[in-house]
Formats: sequence, structure tokens, C-alpha cells
Amino acid sequence: MIFNFFISSDAFFKADHEVTLIACLLFMGAILYTLSKARRGADLYIRSIPGLDAVNEAIGRATEMGKPILYCPGLSSAADVATLASLNILGRVAQRVANYESRLIVPHRDPIVMTVAKETLKDAYLQAGKPEILNEEDNFFITEDQFGYTAAVNGIMVRERPATVFLQGMFFAESLLLAETGNSIGAIQIAGTDAVHQLPFFVASCDYTLIGEELYAAGAYLSKAPDLMSSLKAADLIKGILWVLIVIGLVLTFVGNASIFEVFGK
Amino acid sequence: MKTKLPVTIAFLTGLFMAFAYFVERDNVAWVRILYEELNQNNIVLAVFVLFLGVGTLLIRHAKKIRDKNSDSIYSWVVIVSTLAVAYIGLFQTTGESIGANENFQWIFNNFQVPLSATMFSLLAFFVASAAYRAFRARNTEATLLLIAAAIVMIGRVPIGSVISDSLSLTGSFSLPAIAEWILDIPNTAAKRAITIGIGLGMTATAIKIIFGIERTYMGSGK
Repeated sequence: MIFNFFISSDAFFKADHEVTLIACLLFMGAILYTLSKARRGADLYIRSIPGLDAVNEAIGRATEMGKPILYCPGLSSAADVATLASLNILGRVAQRVANYESRLIVPHRDPIVMTVAKETLKDAYLQAGKPEILNEEDNFFITEDQFGYTAAVNGIMVRERPATVFLQGMFFAESLLLAETGNSIGAIQIAGTDAVHQLPFFVASCDYTLIGEELYAAGAYLSKAPDLMSSLKAADLIKGILWVLIVIGLVLTFVGNASIFEVFGK
Repeated sequence: MKTKLPVTIAFLTGLFMAFAYFVERDNVAWVRILYEELNQNNIVLAVFVLFLGVGTLLIRHAKKIRDKNSDSIYSWVVIVSTLAVAYIGLFQTTGESIGANENFQWIFNNFQVPLSATMFSLLAFFVASAAYRAFRARNTEATLLLIAAAIVMIGRVPIGSVISDSLSLTGSFSLPAIAEWILDIPNTAAKRAITIGIGLGMTATAIKIIFGIERTYMGSGK
């Protein structure tokens, strides 16, 4: 009776989401396993990511030149995971900027992202022990219009001439407009996005590009916190399982058995 | 408390949204209602925060004017145009839809559209300069990229077929077929590898946020 109160007689779970559900639970299990290993002090090796290794050098260069650093958190909303990953990177970058006592300009397209970034920046400067040098006016909203925002950020680049430009998050057709303007002013550019179609533009115009998953790994990589690094090891574990499944799929396809596609087609 | 409450809200909301993704919402009324409510609240929150955003924009430019900044003429443009469009949109709209407001539509069609189109059209020039840099054959990888790009570009236009015919390249060895092969096999393989990585990265980030392992984005609450 109680059960029927919440659920009608029809299906409760979506039948075509079974494999996704199992995969999510498996991934969660992998993260919890690597997290417990990390907390026990296991060594978590992560390959070097040149774009992130260059962050300190890029901020140091801007400080030496007495020029500001521009951080663009992408054009998507806070509901986008890429934007949250970008805000995590912003926190790590801002902490380093605060240590160097440089100026950080963060223009926004989404007012919610601006509000979240305000807290991120406050915390980063506090962690660095220099909350008094944070200029909250440098974290500002421009417009929600895509090309209006692009024009404004390009204008800031040309007028303020930042020595370092970070383009991290979700970008659309404006990616090349931003990256080429940054390139034209001679700034060191570190880009990162999970928008596959914008990656070639960033690779062509920026000094370093974080490709896809590297954007999500950046926060953990820069912090070196074991809790955060554990998720990278969990992703590697799942990649290993995927490798095995791909090989099984290949072998089965060669022998004319397509049953694996029926299972994973769900 | 300042940290625990947002983490708890993120945990409960994130867990519910993940749960709602797997549930037949049409069959389970309470999940459907709560799911729709949460999405509605998101829109309401966005409206409130938009005022905050526009407020910071106006204050920033007002300060530039007060400080007699050399670029303050542009700040005047921003303030006057923002207030004018807001006035026309809010106080001159009589019908239910802003689409019926002729003055607002005139501003949109004669300012917004051409300005956006101008910015977008700049892309053509930037593509040319970026392509020049990317396709310079400085090393083996860049040379391979140049050759692949040249084959794909020529193979995707009618002249590709003409060149293939004149060189008696037929079937799988014609330029359009090679271009198609490059796009379908190595290009798709690389894109799928990136997509799998992105999927895992997104899921890992979402799980870390739901369980409060990653909380840089919300600050420490101090």
C-alpha cells in the first residue's frame, strides 16, 4: 500500500538507463576505494601536465612585468560541470596570484558564476594570508550576450594588456576570437575546455591547452591533495576496465557475435 | 555551519538529481514534482542574481566616470544604453510578450544583431591567422597535420573529385575517399578517446562535489 502511494503500477527505473546506473555505481565504488587508499598514505602517481606546470611560471612572469592576469571562467552557467572545474582551478590560481601580490581580472558572462567566484576568490586570498589585497571590483559581470561578452573581454585584453591569460571552462564559437586576441598581445595563454570542437582553436592559438579530462584533473593536480587526487586514480581504474571491454568487444565482433552491443546499447 | 549547510544542500540536491535521472518521472509523481520545482527555483535564483550582476556592472562603470578614467566615454555608453533598454523593456511593454514591444525590437534588430554579427564575422580573419600558425611544417607532427588538413580540405570540395579523376585515382584511393577515411577513422577515434576522458572527468568531478570532497568553488566559509 505504502509502496503504491509513491509509485504507480508502471516501471520505477528507466529500463534503458541500467548500464549507466551500474557504471555510475562502479565509478563511485572506485572513488571510495582510491580515497581510502589515499587516506592510508598510498603513493598516487599522476603524469605531468605541462599546461599546469606552467601556471607558476605564467603568474611569475606577469608579476615581473607588472601586468595583470586575466582569468576567463568560460561562457556556461554554474550548472555546467566544466564551469565548476574552472572555478576550482580559479581558486588554486588565485591563491598563487595572492602570494605574488599580482592583479587578477575575472570577467563573467553568468551572474551566478560571478557570485560563486567571489566566494572562491575571497577564500583563496584568505588561504594565502592576504585577504586585504583582494580587489572585489576585478571580479565582475559583463553581459549574458555571447559576442557582447567576447567584445568586452577582447577590449580588456587590448587595453589592460595582461601578461597571462587563462581561458578555462566551456567555450563556444568565441573561443578563437578570445585566444587570437590574447595571442596578438603576446600574453602567455593557458586554455582548457571539454568542448571538443573548440580544442583545435585553442591548440592553434594558446601556449598550453588542457584537453578534455585534464580540465577536470587540474584542480586536484594543482592542490596535490590526496582526497582530490584519488578521483584521478579511480578514473584510471575505470579506463582500464573500459580497455578490457573494448578488447572483448573487438574479439566478439571479429567472431560475429554482436551481443555486447545489445548490452551496452542500453 | 557556513560550510556544512551548503555542503549538505549540495549533497542532498545532487543525490536527488542523480536519482531522478534514473527514475521514470512520469510514473513517480513526487520525484517529478520535486524535480520540476528544483529546476524552477534555478530560474528564480538566476533572475535575482542577474540584478546583482547588472548592479556590479553599473557600479564599476560609475566609478570609472567618477575617477575621470581616460576611457570613461565607454562607461557612459554602457550606463546610458543599459538603463535605456531596461526602461523600454520594462515600462513600454504592454502585451504579454516583449516581442510585441516595437521599440525594444527595433533596438534589438538594429543594434544587437549587427554588433553580434560583426563580432562573429571577425572569426573568418582569426581562422586564417590561426590556420597559418597551426599548419607551418615545423616538425613531424605539424607536417602530418598539414598533409591531413590539405587532403581533407581538397577532398571535401568538388575540385577534389576533378583532381582524383585527372590523376586516375579511383575508389578508395580518390581524394574524397581518403578525406572521408581520415574523418571517420583516425579523427573519430581521437575524438572518442577525448569524449571518454571527458565523461569520466565530469562524473568524477560531480561525485566529488556531491560528497563534499571538492569544495574549492564554495570557499571555506570563513
